[in-house]
This record gives sequence, C-alpha cells and structure tokens, in this order.
Amino acid sequence: MKLVLTSALAIAAATAATAEGKLNIYNWGNYTSPELIEKFEKEFDVEVTITDFDSNTTALAKIEAGGHGFDIVVPTHSYVPTYIEKGLLMKPGIPEMENYKNISANWKEVDWDPMREYTVPWQWGTTGVAVNTSAYGGDINTSDIWLNPPPELEGKVNVVPEMQDVVSLALMYVGGEPCSTNKDDLKKARDALVAAKAKWLSMDYGMTEKLSNGDVVATVNWNGSTFRARENNPDVAYGYPKEGYIVWMDNVGILADAQNPDNAKLFVNFIMDPENAAMISAFARYANGIDGSEAFMPPEMKDAPEIVVPEELKAAGKFNPACSDEAKEYYNAIWTELQK
Amino acid sequence: MNQSARNGWLLSLPALILLVVGAAGPLLIVAVYSFLEPGDFSGVEWSFTTEAWFRVFFERDIFDDTVSAADAHLTILWRSVKLSLLTTLVTFVIGFPTAWFIATQPPNRRAMWLFLITIPFWTNLLIRTFAILEVIRNQGLLNSFLQWLGLIDAPIQILYTDGAVLIGMAYVYLPLMVLPLFAAIDRFDFRLIEAAYDLYASRLLVLRRIIVPIVRPGIVAGSILVFVPSLGAYVTPRILGGGKNMMIGNFIDLQFGQGRNWPLGAALSMLLLFIVMAALLAYVRVTSSEDRQNV
Repeated sequence: MKLVLTSALAIAAATAATAEGKLNIYNWGNYTSPELIEKFEKEFDVEVTITDFDSNTTALAKIEAGGHGFDIVVPTHSYVPTYIEKGLLMKPGIPEMENYKNISANWKEVDWDPMREYTVPWQWGTTGVAVNTSAYGGDINTSDIWLNPPPELEGKVNVVPEMQDVVSLALMYVGGEPCSTNKDDLKKARDALVAAKAKWLSMDYGMTEKLSNGDVVATVNWNGSTFRARENNPDVAYGYPKEGYIVWMDNVGILADAQNPDNAKLFVNFIMDPENAAMISAFARYANGIDGSEAFMPPEMKDAPEIVVPEELKAAGKFNPACSDEAKEYYNAIWTELQK
Repeated sequence: MNQSARNGWLLSLPALILLVVGAAGPLLIVAVYSFLEPGDFSGVEWSFTTEAWFRVFFERDIFDDTVSAADAHLTILWRSVKLSLLTTLVTFVIGFPTAWFIATQPPNRRAMWLFLITIPFWTNLLIRTFAILEVIRNQGLLNSFLQWLGLIDAPIQILYTDGAVLIGMAYVYLPLMVLPLFAAIDRFDFRLIEAAYDLYASRLLVLRRIIVPIVRPGIVAGSILVFVPSLGAYVTPRILGGGKNMMIGNFIDLQFGQGRNWPLGAALSMLLLFIVMAALLAYVRVTSSEDRQNV
C-alpha cells in the first residue's frame, strides 16, 4: 500500500513538473496581444496556449460543462457575478499582488467584484455601431442603423452574437433600461429585434477583418475592433447610438479548477504592470484601466474617435449592470427566440 | 454452447464492446437528455419532462404563453433538407460526366485522375472552406474578376447566403459523388451501348434504358454519401452562412452553447437521426427492389 502511495505521489509530482511552464488562456478571438504573450513566455519560461471564444454565453457554457483545461478566462463584467455564484473562479489573492496598486481607482471598487478578489481589468470599451461611410452617408450615431436600417443598408447589416450587448441596446432603443424587467419594454425590444432580423445579413463574430475588407458595411460592434478596421480601411466609422450604447469591461479571472494556478497568478500580476497593460491596448485598441499605462500607449490612441466619446453623446453611454435573475431569464428567452 | 460458438463470441467481444461504448452508449445519453430539463447555463437537471420534444414542434410566446407551431424549426429543417438535396443534385450533375470521363480513360491514366479527385482530402475541411470564402466574398477573387471584366458594377452578395452554403457543400462533397459513380461506371460493359445502337436506339434511349439502370447503385450510393453528411453539415454553413440562416447542425450546436438548452439540442439531434434513418431505409428499399429485378 505504501509503495502504491509513494509511486502515486511520484507520478503526481512528475506530472506537476511537466505541467509547470504551461498556461492556457481562454479569451475573445483576436484580442490577446502576441507581443504580450511572447514577453510573458520569455520572462517566466512558460508556454502559453490561447483558445478563442466568440461570445460570453459560449464561454460560460463551455466552462460550466467542465473538462476544458483552461486556467484563465476573460469574461465581460456583467457575467462575472454568474462565474462567482457558480464557484467557477478562484480567489488568487489579488489585493496582495505587487501590481494591484496600479488598478485605476474607478476600476478598483466595482459592483461585479466588489473587493477585486476574483478578477482584474483586461480592457474596457463601448458597444455601438460601425458603418462603412462609402455605403451609407447619413447619421451613424443611432441604433436605427441595425434596428431600423436605412434602405442603403437593408440586408447588409451584421449583428455580433453577444446577447447582453444586443438585448440591452435594443431595450434602450425602445426607451427601456438595460436589465429591465418591465414586460412592455421587453416585449417592444423583442419585437424590434425580431422585425429587424429580417433586414440583417448575418450574426457573425470577427468584424475587424470583415469591416476592413468591405465584406460587411454595417454592424453592431465594439469600439476597439472598429478602430482597427478603420486603420485598414479609412471609410469605416464608429457611431455612438444616441438612444443608448453600452459601456463594459472585460476582466481576467483564474478558474477554480485551473491546472496551472501559479502561472495564472504570475500572468494576472503581469498584466497589471502599466507597460504590459499598454501592450494589451496597443494591440486590441481598447483602454485598459491600469494607472500609468498612458505613458506607454501609442500616440494614435489618444485622440481616436473610437476612444474619445463626443461630449453630446457621453450621457447616452450606460454601464451594463449585472442583471437580476428575472431579467436574465427574459434576456435568455429573447435571445433564444432571435437565434432561431 | 459449443467450443467454436464460444470462441466466436469471444473473438467478436472487442467489436461488440466498441459498438456499445462507441455507438449505442452515446446515443442512449442523447435520448435520455432529450427528456430532461435544461440546466442554468449548460448541462441538464435530472427531472423528467417532455418539454424539449414539445419545443421541437411547438413554441410558446415568452410574454403571453400562447402556443403556436414551431415554424422556425421547420424553416431550419426545410432549409437543411433543401440545401442537402440541391447539393446532391449539383454534385451529381458535375460528378456524373466527371466519373464517366475517368472511367473511359485508358487504365493507366485512370489512376492519375482518381488521384487528382482525392487531392482536396489532403487539406483540412476548415481550411478548404476558408479558401471558398476567399473566392466568394465581396472583395474576393470571383467578384473582383467579374468587376474587372465589367460584367457587374457592385459586388454580388454571395457570402452569407444559402447560395454560399450550397457552393461550399457541393465543392466539399463532390469527391463522395464521383468515387461511387466511377466504381459503377467502371464495371459497365460498354459493348451494351454498341449493341443498343445496332438495334437503332437513340442516344437518349441508351442513356435512359441502358446506362442509368445499370449504374443506378452507384448513383444511389453517391447520393446517400452526399446527402447524409450535407444534412448534418456544420463547418460549411457556420463559416459561409453567417450565423443567421442556420442549418440544423448549427442550430443543434447553438442549443449546447449560446442557447443553453441541452435537452432541446438532444431532441433535435434525435430528430435529425430519424430523418437520416428514413433516407437510408429508402435507400435499402430502392436497392433491394433492384436486386429482385435483376433476379
């Protein structure tokens, strides 16, 4: 028996030794700076594997199903409470980490993770609309672009398959609030979405390339992705819907069943370093929530129209709250109906 | 039980285990899951309900609980069947002359032509689908070429339409049509055609009364080989269809991911299985009646 136990321990130790030097990150597609990963790999002699997801719901479903093998996940703030409730994230002792002090004050105490015990900022941005101005020259600061498309854009609109953003945008469009439980507003939002779907081209992810090369001329999109598309194709412009647009933050958490928790902790501390946070932003073109990163940011990001919100549209931006269970159920039901 | 029978059972045991564990087991899980309640975000709750099966055929309005036929599911199913039939037709129209051409080549060149047909299989399906995407997208090869020729002013929207899915599937499954057709035509005795001509048969009559009946097993096999995987196609409609006009495979996937309704996904999978089974039964019936005719 003793022999069995020792050999079992030996095997466990051996696998632990080979597992060392690995880190599996589950992040949004085309969102992780390769330079950042290269730097991390060199500095800590860790081999990083990145797997993409295309929506929060997909990521959550896969992680909850188990057996995924990921160490780190990057959910949007509105999903973080669900991860915490379900016990999917660990408390890696973030406040004791060396770089914790760098988190900007306004991103330190947040309602989705009050003490920042589970997650740290990755990037934050807005969800609005992206339009190729060679296809449509009218006002783009409106959700009419995708919920009541002008004739030029009919049948040409894409909508990213992100439930929380899409349903919240529709709710604000019909005069409601994100996470509403008001049946009238929800019904109006549902009807608007279902009616508009007939005028859409697709519900696909990966709009940075498709906007750049002109395959898609109008889409619900995130600001950083639109920024990158505009750098490739100057006709692309980002609109902040005046009926309401979404402000969000994606957060880095370590999964409770992580295989490489130590490397994951190293990574979490690593990305709170201002220079490294700036690398994340320089790649994906979103702001990051780390103090001191401004000094390392590329100059073209400082006055970019996708980053600097026009003064008159600032008030229309709403931080997507973490919805109540009741609201979540309505969101799910509307989303399911829309996906059919 | 005598010695040889016991040996027979023992020898077939690995295969039996593989069948139970690999085929029957997973199917049973799918069947059981289709009668359970969905979990919060994924998985199932272990309580019996026929809700998933109800939702395959009917839908309940989320606001006023009125029940109506699930026309969305019917739309998706019909689209899948329609596209699969069209794929079968397109691959047949292209595949039959191709197979005929190869079968009528001198034997030493046939091997080379067959080899060329199989070359696409060397490349991953995903990569081939992305290659098709490069060809048909708005600023892709096809549209650029047509614009350069001056045939069109603005790009034709092919990507993200049913047509795009059809093009992709026809390309991917063409070899599965050509190979069984070739096998059937290869066995064909070409002297029969000469005999028919000697008896003053017209070309159309030769095709209808001689060639088609004899190579029919090849046509049926090729059609089944194309139709069945087309019906469950996932990658091609996912990439070329744009996530709005789904096929049944994508819709099932959706229930296990974003839709968070495993039981509905399981019920839809079973339904797909029944449809495929019906297609195969039809196949068996057609071929067995053929055997009777031949006797």
